[in-house]
Amino acid sequence: MNPRIVFALVCRYLFLYTRNWVRLAEVVFWPTMELVTWGFLTRYLDSKMGGGEAGPFTWLLGGVIFWDVMFRSQQGVALSFLEDVWTRNLLNIFVAPVRPAEYLASAFGIGLVRIAITVLILWSLSWVFFRFNLLDIGPALVPFFGCLLVFGWAIGMFATALIMRFGQAAENLAWAVPFLIQPLTAVYYPVAVMPGWLQWAALTLPSTHVFEGMRGVMAGLGFSWSHFAWAVALNAVFLLLAALFYGRTLATVRAKGLLTKVATN
Amino acid sequence: MNDTPVIEAIHLRKTFGETVALEDLSLSLPRNEILGLLGVNGAGKTTALNILLGLTTPTSGSLRLFGRELRTHRVEILRRCNFASAYVALPGNLTVGQNLWTFAQLYGVKNHRAKVTELLEHLEIPHLRKRVTGQLSAGEATRVQLCKAFLNDPELLLLDEPTASLDPDISDKVRTFIRARQRERQTSIVYTSHNMRDIEEVCDRLLFIHKGRVVAAGTPAEVLALFQRDSLEDVFIQIARSEAGDVFAAAPAPK
Repeated sequence: MNPRIVFALVCRYLFLYTRNWVRLAEVVFWPTMELVTWGFLTRYLDSKMGGGEAGPFTWLLGGVIFWDVMFRSQQGVALSFLEDVWTRNLLNIFVAPVRPAEYLASAFGIGLVRIAITVLILWSLSWVFFRFNLLDIGPALVPFFGCLLVFGWAIGMFATALIMRFGQAAENLAWAVPFLIQPLTAVYYPVAVMPGWLQWAALTLPSTHVFEGMRGVMAGLGFSWSHFAWAVALNAVFLLLAALFYGRTLATVRAKGLLTKVATN
Repeated sequence: MNDTPVIEAIHLRKTFGETVALEDLSLSLPRNEILGLLGVNGAGKTTALNILLGLTTPTSGSLRLFGRELRTHRVEILRRCNFASAYVALPGNLTVGQNLWTFAQLYGVKNHRAKVTELLEHLEIPHLRKRVTGQLSAGEATRVQLCKAFLNDPELLLLDEPTASLDPDISDKVRTFIRARQRERQTSIVYTSHNMRDIEEVCDRLLFIHKGRVVAAGTPAEVLALFQRDSLEDVFIQIARSEAGDVFAAAPAPK
């Protein structure tokens, strides 16, 4: 792994964001709209329950922000690849002395940057307008965010591999894949509301453990080491599977000559 | 002087399902030579180029670049190569300077600022450094691509139709630059083009591919003599209108 190459690839995306306000707006606009919608819903539900400004449904806002961490992380990976496809630059990168691990590491880095921007904005807005302070979650915030970041990378690798394999027709996967797992992740409701058999499926996702853990912390139950341990272990499994899938797909697209098709069509 | 061929391909074959895209391609490219890869659309030259670049893996055969297997020494080999194509672009939202900086980092170019300046000046486009790449004309974009392609002083350069869609003046400048730079640095180049003037002016040796097979090889003069034609364009047309195993059959003389 050559840090100079990773740094150059990350800078390339940063150049893009600083030169193209539409791209930057995408990192800001959608999360803000989502937060505002859920913020008012939270306020409405809290008022119906007779709560104050920071009432019993405030954790929904935590769900919004946490979900965005995972979603932006995944998008960082998938969109980095798509950006090269859209700009017809993919072949320049794939014939350069760049290892797949370096390419992915740069996409992970971009995911991190996108998250930093998004979280900063959402944290400020939710505090100012809805009296929800993300920092109230305390030190648990760091491991939770870390787990979601890594899971986002894993899903991003799956999505990217599928786009590589099936071409631009599969582009929508960059947005669709996270939403396929959202119902199971139990972002806005506890796992307990699901049917028993579905709970087992839900708990195979690291993200589910993070959201359960987050709700526990916000309900004053403290940090759940068990959920955290599950999230870490499952993340390791998903990351490994994603890396294997990505590597295998790359070999397949090279064998089938699909890389040039994706890059030039 | 190291005599190891820059490219040594032996019996390369590539199939996509039932379709044979490339059959039994063997070639050896020494240092300091420009090899023209010619053929009609779908002849197999893009497949050959993609295999040489490591973008497509051959179904069978062996490929060594600088004496090493591309499959197992990919990064090490690609560091000594570069590539430019009329069908590939640099990110349009970035400035020329930002794009060239990025690739200079990827190829580990030392003293990259001076290198970029020197190349931009050589290509007569130093004023484009701060321009947004997506706003360049075709001729300017091609020259920026060439700048990227020569950034790391590659020992092997693969150029895919570098003068496609350029006017005669810019084409001439591009050809002159490539030839001058190649002589200066002793670069080996694989060059594809449908422009026979390009080929005649630039290439030392030619490889005609037709229906996946090499049907003629040699210097431009040898190929002309072999087909008893006056121009490579006539040879091209004769091959294009023939069956794979019958390229020397008397095709109607092209007008």
